[in-house]
Amino acid sequence: MKLKLKIWRQKNSDTKGGFHNYTVEATPEMSFLEMLDVLNQQLIEDKEEPVAFEHDCREGICGTCSMVINGQPHGPMALTTTCQLHMRHYKDGDTIVIEPFRANAFPVIKDLVVDRESFDRIIQAGGFVSVSTGQAPDGNSILIEQDVAREAFDAASCIGCGACVAACPNASAMLFTSAKATHLGYLPQGKVEQAKRVRRMVAQMDKEGFGNCSNTYACEAECPKGISVEYIAKMNRDYFSAMVGSED
Amino acid sequence: MIQLDAKIPKGPLADKWTRYKSSVDLVAPNNKRKLEIIVVGTGLAGASAAASLAELGYKVKAFTFHDSPRRAHSIAAQGGINAAKNYQNDGDSVYRLFYDTVKGGDYRSRESNVHRLAEVSVNIIDQCVAQGVPFAREYGGTLANRSFGGVQVSRTFYARGQTGQQLLIGAYQALSRQVSLGNVEMYNRHEMLDVVKVDGKARGIIARNLVSGKLERFAAHCVVLGTGGYGNVYYLSTNAMNCNVSAAWRAVKRGALMANPCFCQIHPTCIPVSGTYQSKLTLMSESLRNDGRVWVPKKMEDVESIRQGKKKPTDIAEQDRDYYLERKYPAFGNLVPRDVASRAAKEVCDEGRGVNKTGLAVYLDFKDAIMRYGKAEAHANGMDYNDSVLVRKLGTKVVEAKYGNLFEIYEKITGDNPYVTPMRIYPAIHYTMGGLWVDYNLETTIPGLFAIGEANFSDHGANRLGASALMQGLADGYFVLPYTIGHFLSKDIRTPSFSTDLEEFRTAEDEVRNRLSSLLNIKGDRSVESFHRELGLLLWDYCGMSRNAEGLKKGRQLLKNLKEEYYKNVFVPGEMEEFNPELEKAARVADFFELGELMMVDALHRNESCGGHFREEYQTEEGEALRDDENYAYVSAWEWRDEEEPIEHKEPLVFENVELKTRSYK
Ligand SMILES: Cc1cc2nc3c(=O)[nH]c(=O)nc-3n(C[C@H](O)[C@H](O)[C@H](O)COP(=O)(O)OP(=O)(O)OC[C@H]3O[C@@H](n4cnc5c(N)ncnc54)[C@H](O)[C@@H]3O)c2cc1C
Ligand code: SF4
Ligand code: FES
Repeated sequence: MKLKLKIWRQKNSDTKGGFHNYTVEATPEMSFLEMLDVLNQQLIEDKEEPVAFEHDCREGICGTCSMVINGQPHGPMALTTTCQLHMRHYKDGDTIVIEPFRANAFPVIKDLVVDRESFDRIIQAGGFVSVSTGQAPDGNSILIEQDVAREAFDAASCIGCGACVAACPNASAMLFTSAKATHLGYLPQGKVEQAKRVRRMVAQMDKEGFGNCSNTYACEAECPKGISVEYIAKMNRDYFSAMVGSED
Repeated sequence: MIQLDAKIPKGPLADKWTRYKSSVDLVAPNNKRKLEIIVVGTGLAGASAAASLAELGYKVKAFTFHDSPRRAHSIAAQGGINAAKNYQNDGDSVYRLFYDTVKGGDYRSRESNVHRLAEVSVNIIDQCVAQGVPFAREYGGTLANRSFGGVQVSRTFYARGQTGQQLLIGAYQALSRQVSLGNVEMYNRHEMLDVVKVDGKARGIIARNLVSGKLERFAAHCVVLGTGGYGNVYYLSTNAMNCNVSAAWRAVKRGALMANPCFCQIHPTCIPVSGTYQSKLTLMSESLRNDGRVWVPKKMEDVESIRQGKKKPTDIAEQDRDYYLERKYPAFGNLVPRDVASRAAKEVCDEGRGVNKTGLAVYLDFKDAIMRYGKAEAHANGMDYNDSVLVRKLGTKVVEAKYGNLFEIYEKITGDNPYVTPMRIYPAIHYTMGGLWVDYNLETTIPGLFAIGEANFSDHGANRLGASALMQGLADGYFVLPYTIGHFLSKDIRTPSFSTDLEEFRTAEDEVRNRLSSLLNIKGDRSVESFHRELGLLLWDYCGMSRNAEGLKKGRQLLKNLKEEYYKNVFVPGEMEEFNPELEKAARVADFFELGELMMVDALHRNESCGGHFREEYQTEEGEALRDDENYAYVSAWEWRDEEEPIEHKEPLVFENVELKTRSYK
């Protein structure tokens, strides 16, 4: 199949970017990123600069791939990262518009590559359990109900891709932050420092320039891991109780 | 000749590590604050090491070429992590885990290291639980286990099919905590391109800031490499796209030795190749072999009809299916170790019984598991267990709960639904047992340069058992290196910090700059990727699942020719001082060429078959691997000498606690 691509090209964070048009020949078995590989090979053969995009595992788990495809982060399929998207979902003659994730807290590095270190800093602010190596009791001394383990796992399955931010009209990082807070807050090991954790992570989120949550829930719809907006409500509750009467 | 000293502590096997810990030189807390450590790589091994060392009080600088430590390739591990907890009361013990690992490795690993690994395995689970890793639980709230290939106990801990992700996030969070406390300086998007030696010891690195493209110098009292494996030398593998050998290879160029490079693991259950544009292969976790049955049709006419699309696998009658693993290996059946399962798949495909267009695929079938589980569920809930529709429905649910995410991955890629039609699978390159030679302290032959995780060679011999890499990475990082590094650093408590203005740093930086600019200046006609693909295919053909002397010699020559063309005809777009992924790849592929050649040299010299290394000349009448313990019970540690022949240094393997036997899974 022949496809028309409109791709955002931007040399670096200091220069202005714009869309460029390309055509590429693809097959239905290819993954979306393999289709871009083909385009890049073509560009290199023509001695042009290939399109910079990020990827690594190519199986939906590392959270590296990040692009907006026809207006949707990670493209049209639900619960699917860009690297898991296959070309059998497109047809001959389609036009595909490809842009980077856009948010103030995710500045563009080049073309489709953005800087998501702000997510790291949110985790550094409190997304951990304060236990050092060697301090742990026997694993089975902490009994955890199957359902609790399952809930914690669901929240922990966030891959840190940032699609929630890209999908949100306010570029809010609430889904990402609340997933981490919920993962740790559910478990007995993590409950102890939940109040402090939530306070600090939220403060960092604001400091990074992520927007406020106005409950549009675009994040949940685009999240490739199905992270639930219920976590946002949960974190809000934790946050307000943490703000009552404590400081740090 | 370099004298290899593995520095194995004296005393009985079970006491070595305890004795070592109580006698190793320690560094006092006030001195730790003055000592700097560079940790390159923040996967399971690197992140756990960086966090633990920082907790101890050392000043740590950690580096990753990824945009965040959470993206390391460890994230992709699916199946689980082993530990000798014996929570199932099924006869597991530290000794049994040790024994299984040595046997599984086909008796080509070092007893003392493996025993230590088995000992600390139990602490790893505790540590991870405390960090909040959401392992699977039983109804009563205790930790759940499952079994993996090559063993007869259930010792694998797991978090659905995303164990690596959860463990890495645990280590990443521990690391993040140390970053926030100011004990670790984190350098994301920095690629190490050289080790800097001062007076023969590793005292720093040259790294390229991948955003600005500028070269930067970093000094420390010692350097730790947790930079992962080199499976991507084959281009197509289950590894993440950016995995590479360059950090380890740069160490080799500075005098470290590469051990057993030809020991590569081919995983039997991966989604088969579907086209020439393909960029990577996707693993279907080994845990699937707990419940899936592997088969191909018995009759060639069925194979033909399947390939022509005239028949579906579900049309093949039970008696016309060859469950070849169960037939050949009744004791272990579908759970034979990976090397055995992979070769058996190759064998039936070589016979022409492969079940897809390319002839390179076998079935992994869940029909029986679905029905078995379904019956049990019906029984348990007082339903009609003769109603096959109901049973299938119930069984599907059970299988979904166990493997749902893997089935989903499979369906996304192939468009087939594995609940109704068997999966098609084929072996693919997955893991590298070979790596930097290290002694008991995990130190390479360059003093002050340590290697941990998949980057070293130490624990898996010629074949790694499932769920043991995560265990090793975390053992090295959390529980071994924090002790053994003291052995080196305790002698450095009076050594002040090193300046990066030293001549050694300047020269190393210039060398890196020249290397990169010469790649940029070739300005030929072929892309880096086209070379990488060709190199990978060449290695797969001549140094892949089975090897022979003639092929290895021919392969080496072809590889040399290709390398020559690379330096004449590669085209690397862009410039050095900018974000330039093509330049990153070009430098990595250049190193893969040299490593690939060394793999062939190693495979050619090892005149035996063991584990993942199968030499066609050395097999039993039944086609099983034929080891030669008399002549090859040693580690080959290679000294690379650019244009001259590499030199082999041998570390003899002494087995005092296990008897060397023919590995039989029959
Ligand atoms: C698909 C898949 C599934 C697996 N499943 C399992 C399983 O179920 N159980 C199991 O035990 N094992 C499994 N394994 C194996 C296991 O995941 C790996 O062996 C292990 O995670 C390797 O960890 P590591 O820390 O050594 O390296 P990695 O996780 O590969 O980390 C390497 C790190 O080094 C950095 N790095 C590398 N080079 C440089 C450089 N030059 N400069 C700066 N940074 C650098 C990278 O950025 C990264 O941070 C699996 C492997 C694959 C491919
Ligand atoms: S919450 Fe979902 S969209 Fe947001 S970072 Fe996590 S996985 Fe990505
Ligand atoms: S490349 Fe890893 S999630 Fe897409």
